[in-house]
Amino acid sequence: MTLMKTLMGAATAVALTAGAALAEPALIFDLGGKFDKSFNEAAFNGAKRWADETGGSFREIELQSEAQREQALRRFAEAGANPVITMGFAMADPLSAVAADYPDTKFVAVDVTWLDAPNIRQIGFAEHEGSYLVGMLAAMASKSGTVGFVGGMDIPLIRHFGCGYAQGAKAVNPDVKIVANMTGTTPAAWNDPVKGSELTKAQISQGADVVYAAAGGTGVGVLQTAADEGILSIGVDSNQNHLHPGKVLTSMLKRVDVAVYDAMKAGENLETGVFNMGLAEEGVGYALDDNNAPLISDEMRAAVDKARQDIIDGNLKVVSYYENDSCPAVNF
Amino acid sequence: MDFLTIIQVLDSTVRLATPLLLACLAGLFSERAGIFDIGLEGKMLMSAFFSAAVAAVTGSVWLGLLAGIAASLVLAGLHGLASITFRGNQLISGVAINFLAAGMTVLIAQDWFQQGGRTPSLIGGGRFGPIDWPLSETLAGVPVVGPVYSELLSGHSILVYIAFLAVPATWWVLFRTRFGLRLRAVGENPAAVDTAGVSVVGLRYAAVMICGVLCGIAGAYLATALQAGFVKDMTAGRGFIALAALIFAKWRPWHAMWACLLFGLLQAIALRFQNIDLGGVVIPVQVMDALPYVLTVVILAGFVGKAIPPRAGGEPYVKER
Repeated sequence: MTLMKTLMGAATAVALTAGAALAEPALIFDLGGKFDKSFNEAAFNGAKRWADETGGSFREIELQSEAQREQALRRFAEAGANPVITMGFAMADPLSAVAADYPDTKFVAVDVTWLDAPNIRQIGFAEHEGSYLVGMLAAMASKSGTVGFVGGMDIPLIRHFGCGYAQGAKAVNPDVKIVANMTGTTPAAWNDPVKGSELTKAQISQGADVVYAAAGGTGVGVLQTAADEGILSIGVDSNQNHLHPGKVLTSMLKRVDVAVYDAMKAGENLETGVFNMGLAEEGVGYALDDNNAPLISDEMRAAVDKARQDIIDGNLKVVSYYENDSCPAVNF
Repeated sequence: MDFLTIIQVLDSTVRLATPLLLACLAGLFSERAGIFDIGLEGKMLMSAFFSAAVAAVTGSVWLGLLAGIAASLVLAGLHGLASITFRGNQLISGVAINFLAAGMTVLIAQDWFQQGGRTPSLIGGGRFGPIDWPLSETLAGVPVVGPVYSELLSGHSILVYIAFLAVPATWWVLFRTRFGLRLRAVGENPAAVDTAGVSVVGLRYAAVMICGVLCGIAGAYLATALQAGFVKDMTAGRGFIALAALIFAKWRPWHAMWACLLFGLLQAIALRFQNIDLGGVVIPVQVMDALPYVLTVVILAGFVGKAIPPRAGGEPYVKER
């Protein structure tokens, strides 16, 4: 009994000191999982870069179900983590419920821009602008005049990706045919490479010779099948060019890693409010490295860089899917 | 919709139906012997991981297949131990196996390869390649027969042909051999089998092990033939669709094949045509995704025929009270 008491006392002491010691940042990964080679992995890379540079440590959790969202937020906030960084649009509702209860904790919401709370840093990315650029590349690289898009779960965000892509492709070739498919309507759609493969095969049989995957882990299957069948693919979020060197045309970069790194670096003194990361802020872009250099000709590069500059200068406007919940270039 | 599109959709159907069919036959053996198995999903997942891992390390897909089957057999043995030897609840044991597989695969993969719960991409001999039937190039030009032969029948991996050959084999074993008769009897009335001096425990273990082998092939097919490596949760509910197909087929091998092909066709159509426009009425893709489950519920509810499971299914056999 006394031993038990001592142990419990010690455990409590440890728990208390751990809470009071130092405000560590915390990172909550979305359902796709930490190592999805894409969105969440980009966040992890940003956090790791911060940890390597500063020698600091951070807390993290991979969500397994919808029910854990609020629970994870509260636990990190209770434990004194600051800032608490969340990934994905689905954290919006739990955040709006939790943030007010912890006014001294700063929260960071990636992919959320519409909440009204003083202690949330909301970061939105202009995915349609980045997708526009890779859409242009796709249409220029395509010989058949047909390009494909494979989305993950059918949500407005993914349509937003697809819409920018379609506009970019149409800008290069007004007659381009765009085959757009979604993997599914449940979170399982982020982790079904077999379905991704079948969708790619179906798109190939409809003539597509460049396929853009915005589908988390499902994209692994898309890129694999594209490489197997000898067509080009486009990766998303992280630089995926290295997965199949010479077979991946480019990747639409969404610099989630930079956003997470900046937030962790700022620590408790984080600036809150809504931040938009577009082409001008280098929040989005397309990947160019040794793996895909032979695939991108100088003309392609020049055309895309010009479009990039036009978008930054405001001379070219890419329509956002969110504006009126529809896309001028493609029907989903 | 032209003829070539139909062929392509059917081709996709065959690929999608194969893992379902293998898992469905696995469940058929197990459940016909009176052991309910909702752990098909977990066994497939475990096999998918180990087949990909061993194929990646050794570069031999055949060693990968063996490793996958072995991993699946271990889980099958666990299920047998819990539900036959210790007379535990078969459903709970199955659920536990699913959870175990979902967690263990990612954990081991992360520790082994440090690639975030996935295996390295398989290349060359690490994958099952397509098998082209003789003359498929020459015959491809022949109208109607050509595409059917060269696109639909030829050009699948060997595991696809194994899966479809397993159907008549299963039928023959279950309905034409002494072993099959006893196995079915054990699922209906184990006391009678026991009275006849045949080991109920032995027969049930045999059934569970056959189930393990078939699930192992199904998992290896996903990871080393359809894909080039393991990704977490890559079975994506196929074990449960296979269970639905088993009920839909009323626990009969040939019907199981047709049920799996039907469910595969529904998936293939959903993947190819997203939203289907039937003369003004648009059928959303979700309807196609849900149809296998809806059909199963309809069958279970007894609207169309009646699905009667093996009578002793789910009940551990107790020799004496």
